[in-house]
Amino acid sequence: MSFMQIHNLKVHYPVRGGILNSVVDYIYAVDGISMEFEKGKAYGLVGESGCGKSTTGKVIIGLEKITAGRICYEGVDVTNSNNHRKSAFNRDIQMIFQDAHSSLNPRKRVQDIIAEPIRNFLKLTPKEEKRKIHELLEIVGMPEDAKYKYPHEFSGGQKQRIGIARAIATNPKLIIADEPVSALDLSVQAQVLNFMKEIQREYGLSYLFISHDLGVVQHMCEHISIMYKGRFVETGSKYDIYKNPQHIYTKRLLSAIPNTSPIGRDERKKERILVEKHYQENVRKYFDRQARVFDLVPVSKTHFVAATSSMKGGF
Amino acid sequence: MDVLLEIKELHTGFRMNDTFYNAVDGVSLSLRKNEILAIVGESGCGKSTLATSIMGLFDQRTTRIQGEILYQQKNLAALTEEQLNEVRGLEISMIFQDPLSALNPLMRVGDQIEEGLIYHTDLSKEERKQRVLTLLQQVGIQDPKHVARQFPHQLSGGMRQRIMIAIAICCKPKIIIADEPTTALDVTIQAQILDLLVELQKETGAGIILITHDLGVVAEVADRVVVMYAGEIVEEAPIKELFLHPQHPYTRSLFHSIPQMNKKSDRLNVIEGIVPSLIHLPRSGCRFADRIPWIPQEAHEENPQLHEISPGHFVRCTCWKSFYFNTRKGERYV
Ligand SMILES: Nc1ncnc2c1ncn2[C@@H]1O[C@H](COP(=O)(O)OP(=O)(O)OP(=O)(O)O)[C@@H](O)[C@H]1O
Ligand SMILES: Nc1ncnc2c1ncn2[C@@H]1O[C@H](COP(=O)(O)OP(=O)(O)OP(=O)(O)O)[C@@H](O)[C@H]1O
Ligand code: SF4
Ligand SMILES: [Mg+2]
Ligand SMILES: [Mg+2]
Repeated sequence: MSFMQIHNLKVHYPVRGGILNSVVDYIYAVDGISMEFEKGKAYGLVGESGCGKSTTGKVIIGLEKITAGRICYEGVDVTNSNNHRKSAFNRDIQMIFQDAHSSLNPRKRVQDIIAEPIRNFLKLTPKEEKRKIHELLEIVGMPEDAKYKYPHEFSGGQKQRIGIARAIATNPKLIIADEPVSALDLSVQAQVLNFMKEIQREYGLSYLFISHDLGVVQHMCEHISIMYKGRFVETGSKYDIYKNPQHIYTKRLLSAIPNTSPIGRDERKKERILVEKHYQENVRKYFDRQARVFDLVPVSKTHFVAATSSMKGGF
Repeated sequence: MDVLLEIKELHTGFRMNDTFYNAVDGVSLSLRKNEILAIVGESGCGKSTLATSIMGLFDQRTTRIQGEILYQQKNLAALTEEQLNEVRGLEISMIFQDPLSALNPLMRVGDQIEEGLIYHTDLSKEERKQRVLTLLQQVGIQDPKHVARQFPHQLSGGMRQRIMIAIAICCKPKIIIADEPTTALDVTIQAQILDLLVELQKETGAGIILITHDLGVVAEVADRVVVMYAGEIVEEAPIKELFLHPQHPYTRSLFHSIPQMNKKSDRLNVIEGIVPSLIHLPRSGCRFADRIPWIPQEAHEENPQLHEISPGHFVRCTCWKSFYFNTRKGERYV
């Protein structure tokens, strides 16, 4: 059973212009997406730069205004209530931001950064708070004296860990992790990914894992959605997406991932060029007259793909 | 073999508090004609410093370069700025990681490509304009006439990177140094740019030094690989040899850090820790030993050297022979 459902969520940013600075157009950053979240599972959100991944994360935790759609949390409609700062929803859903560096206040010590959600949501005595901070630093593998330091005194991987410590401070149910490792080196990335998996197992956490790296997403997530221009082109289990991709955009994305074996690369290149050619020739069929991705239709119980113009109904 | 560029015992140091700290510390390597040589390693290991040293783009007041960079019997490290200008762009060119900061924001991209042609060729204005359009077409730009008149900020990241490549290849250089040319790009554009580089290289026979930390990119295009750690080469091998038989603990840990596409295991076997900063680098003995403390001290050479363990495959030190991974639970893992 899912604890949270998102129905047909939309975020449209107005574009202003003209002499009156009136709204002349909209950016359809998120344009009708639906998702469900179950306890202890990791959901991947993948797509190219600017397709609306971060906006999706931000609108769920209430940092962007919802244009249309609905969010239900444990049976309660929280669509409009998520600005109540002390609500259970706000405590249970936390976010790790894409840019660890700018999301940590440079003038605050690490202990105050981590304490922020604790002070907002948990009623702790100063002594309990202190203990909690120690505990959190230990969980993310940072030395105790880190709490007196400022963010700039840490490496990228360490900053990311501070962001994680803050995100898990209130024992959340779901963490929205926006590109948590894309700025990191391979081995630091591996350290952070291992750690995120560990705490997931230990605390039954769910993740919405946002990334443009399909390798990382495959490693972390059971369920994956591929996003393009604010909409999902395909969503399904890891197996559905990687072994049985249906949408032309998903296929092209998969064919572009560099393989980590030099063997067979010439064949892969030929294949890649064929896929690209096929994509350029057929891509129009996959979008409606407004260049919008069609609605999803089921392929199987877990697997959904956007329809094409020649197809009315399902597969 | 046709060696294009040979680097011997290169040391590049930066001045901090009146002391020079070497970011590249005794690197020797050669680049051949028609070859893509990949240089991999973590952030801060000295990849860009190496590239920038070859191009001679450092401020000599704060940087010290020792050793030889041999190109056509000339030591680039000893040339004057004017002599270097003859070589740069014409014979050796560079593609930078961040095209936005490398391009001039106030100049139309067509004019920026033309600059190299004005400086290095005797072409007439008409011929140059024509050549710019051909170059844009070559790097896969659909509407060259229109794009040539755009300013950098009007183009997408992938387009800007193509402009950088057009500038880099405009004089058919013998050597191209590409410093993380696709790191900022989406995978589909990355694949197109890499394919393009390989195509262009086949045409001109240039040697390419490709700097990256993405082993996937390396596997797709490189012929030979150099792995750097903390300013030194720790392993060097032909592509298949390196991917099939990586030996140095650092190289192996890199491979285990890749969240690989078809791998079952849940945990990535990574060696904890990070590259030490320049000032804190151990300058003698083994630089990696601190990160693998479970390997006994005797396993390391006192003065780790590169050894050729099979033709063209070099590994620093001997500790790799007794190396195994140690998981957090204390299990051994080979
Ligand atoms: N506050 C805003 N006002 C107007 N437009 C915005 C705003 N925030 C984002 N956008 C636009 O909405 C679209 C989606 O942006 P978003 O940041 O969600 O993309 P993303 O998928 O996270 O991209 P990236 O991979 O580059 O982080 C983009 O076209 C972006 O320019
Ligand atoms: N101009 C400079 N002055 C002082 N130190 C420098 C300078 N440029 C680089 N360094 C230092 O030299 C070391 C090597 O840096 P370099 O940029 O060559 O690394 P890199 O391997 O290219 O890393 P990345 O993958 O992050 O680009 C680093 O410790 C860096 O901080
Ligand atoms: S002894 Fe081992 S760990 Fe030390 S430098 Fe040599 S190879 Fe690296
Ligand atoms: Mg984003
Ligand atoms: Mg660099």
